[in-house]
Amino acid sequence: MKKNILKNNAVQSLIASLLCIFLGLLIGYIVLLLINPDGAWNSIVEVMKNFLHAKKAARQLRNFGTTLVRTAPLLMCALSVLFAYKVGLFNIGAAGQYVAGVCASLYAALAWGWSWFPCLIFALLAGALLGAIVGLLKAYCNVNEVISGIMLNWIALYLTNMMLSKVKEVASPYTLHLKTTAPQAILPSLGLGSLFSDNEYVTIAVPLAIITAIVVEVVLDRTKFGYELKATGNNRNAAKYAGMAEQRNIILTLVIAGGLAGIGGAMFYLTDLEQWSCTATSVPGMGFNGIAATFLGGLNPIGTIFASYFIQHITDGGTNVDLSMYSAQISDLISSIIIYLCGFVLFIKQMMNKSIARHEEAQAHRAKLAAEAAGKEGGEK
Amino acid sequence: MLLLIQYTLIFASVLILVALGGCFSEHSGVINLGLEGIMVIGALGGALMMRFLPAGFSAFGIVMLTLLAAILFGVAYSSLLAVACINLKADQTIVGTALNMLGTAGATVLVKAMNTAANPNDHSSEIMYIEPKKAFIMNIGGFEFNWFMLIAILMLVLAYITLYRTKFGLRLMACGEHPQAADSVGINVFKMRWAGVLISGMLGGLGGICYILAGVSSWKFENGVAGFGFLALAVMIFGQWKPQRIALAALLFGFFRALSNVYFGFDWLMSLNIPGSVYNMLPYIISLLVLALTSKKSRAPKAEGIPYDKGMR
Repeated sequence: MKKNILKNNAVQSLIASLLCIFLGLLIGYIVLLLINPDGAWNSIVEVMKNFLHAKKAARQLRNFGTTLVRTAPLLMCALSVLFAYKVGLFNIGAAGQYVAGVCASLYAALAWGWSWFPCLIFALLAGALLGAIVGLLKAYCNVNEVISGIMLNWIALYLTNMMLSKVKEVASPYTLHLKTTAPQAILPSLGLGSLFSDNEYVTIAVPLAIITAIVVEVVLDRTKFGYELKATGNNRNAAKYAGMAEQRNIILTLVIAGGLAGIGGAMFYLTDLEQWSCTATSVPGMGFNGIAATFLGGLNPIGTIFASYFIQHITDGGTNVDLSMYSAQISDLISSIIIYLCGFVLFIKQMMNKSIARHEEAQAHRAKLAAEAAGKEGGEK
Repeated sequence: MLLLIQYTLIFASVLILVALGGCFSEHSGVINLGLEGIMVIGALGGALMMRFLPAGFSAFGIVMLTLLAAILFGVAYSSLLAVACINLKADQTIVGTALNMLGTAGATVLVKAMNTAANPNDHSSEIMYIEPKKAFIMNIGGFEFNWFMLIAILMLVLAYITLYRTKFGLRLMACGEHPQAADSVGINVFKMRWAGVLISGMLGGLGGICYILAGVSSWKFENGVAGFGFLALAVMIFGQWKPQRIALAALLFGFFRALSNVYFGFDWLMSLNIPGSVYNMLPYIISLLVLALTSKKSRAPKAEGIPYDKGMR
């Protein structure tokens, strides 16, 4: 019998994600219509077009590169959330771990003059440290990782503001430019920039993030370590009974997740595309958008690569909307609607399986009836 | 000193209201991580009411209408959580997180659009309410008494009575402890959980409008409510899901939050020369410490976070 393609889990995930995207954009469009019907369609098209907004091809390529530069850290945050989620932990602290990475890498680069590689490692360690705190609290004190993660997000934000104001420009709240103060800390481009109409911000961060996604996939799916982690996530007690160190696994998971988000912070700020504002009053959205990318990617590292790009694509596209009517946050709105809908993915899959099962049952029933009828005819003859 | 007490009381009021909201939702069996978003939307409702209320209303009228708007917005918004988590059995953590992001993003988009429509050069997400704010405050010898302090106490008493002294409250708690058992004696678990979530929406909305009225006369909605929804959840856990203990926990947290607003009024604190960021961090650090010490022997409702499935016994 031919296997129904819709039964395949990967295909189902893809359909569910596309459905979430479609509904997210549709609701976003309706919101724009409600605000002002005149420019709604144009604006939603701008959000979708992003870098195609520019007229010249060279300019488009350059803007595409910039979107990729921002996708790299987002992908790292998404992988951080994904890695923890596979072990049954919701790492909402990725936002804070990302900020810790920013703090460590920029401080090391600007205050101590470190070059880019040690800066990356230092960012990894800073993120991992924050993750370790969440992990220790979870494993030994039974503290809900969501609440401790949020608390650490705010602590990391204020700490970063405090630390980085020592290396900021005199007249502005922004940290010093790496290009002028610490060029040794800028991530090497290795000629990648020339592929995007000389966009000097496109660095090894982009391929590095994609390689990391593949490594995460391999570790989770092809190693004993990954298997143990997932087993711990599926059933803590069963894993413990089977001799796995569940407390160690929880802490280790969050350390790795924290490290991933931490590198993400360095990957973005060591390109010198943006400077950190030391008067920031809210945690950067990178970590939260990472949650959207994770679930939109169907909880699969490779799917997450594409989902991260999509989320960043519409986030950048949001800055092109007609600001005389709407605001750039319309993309945040669409992303958050997508996350909300992703909560239903399990439900959508269930519905699909149910309808397939019903369909197959009906088919089997019909086949049976036909066979019986044929049998009867044969008997009469 | 008076200022410190004033701020402690007002922030404690916010935390009491929101933590009680979380308490009702969790006792019914639904983890409400979306409280932060509910606060933003409740605050938006109240702020819009104050902004568009025609002049000439009495102080009492302003207070009542603002509260009503905040409650309505909060309840309507929390139904998004209820329908997803109770009827469609979605993941409560994901949905809660989505509601937090949606709250801030939605409020920002709306307020910015409103401001830009009124004045094409205005791209801020700010709503001003200098005049109507006065209706909420009574000056007693230098101490600014805010009506929300009274409302918080009222809600505290009401919550205690509802949870422990009425049939409804006891049934609600049964649904959070053992929904199958509750169902077997004829309690409608879905209805009870809806009630729990909607009550948390009401209290969260009230907490939200209280928060943005606490110290300032205008609010930038892109800032959200700075993790207060989660602080309230920490208060709830520290208070072991019991209203009377929640009140004490809220006072403690409110005190540390108030310090960051008024520390420069104390000479000896200023002489320590601690950067302002440290005071900003203080409530979050304290809550981490407190959670570490109290979560081990947690008295959380046993069935919280698990969607109710009739087929499972």
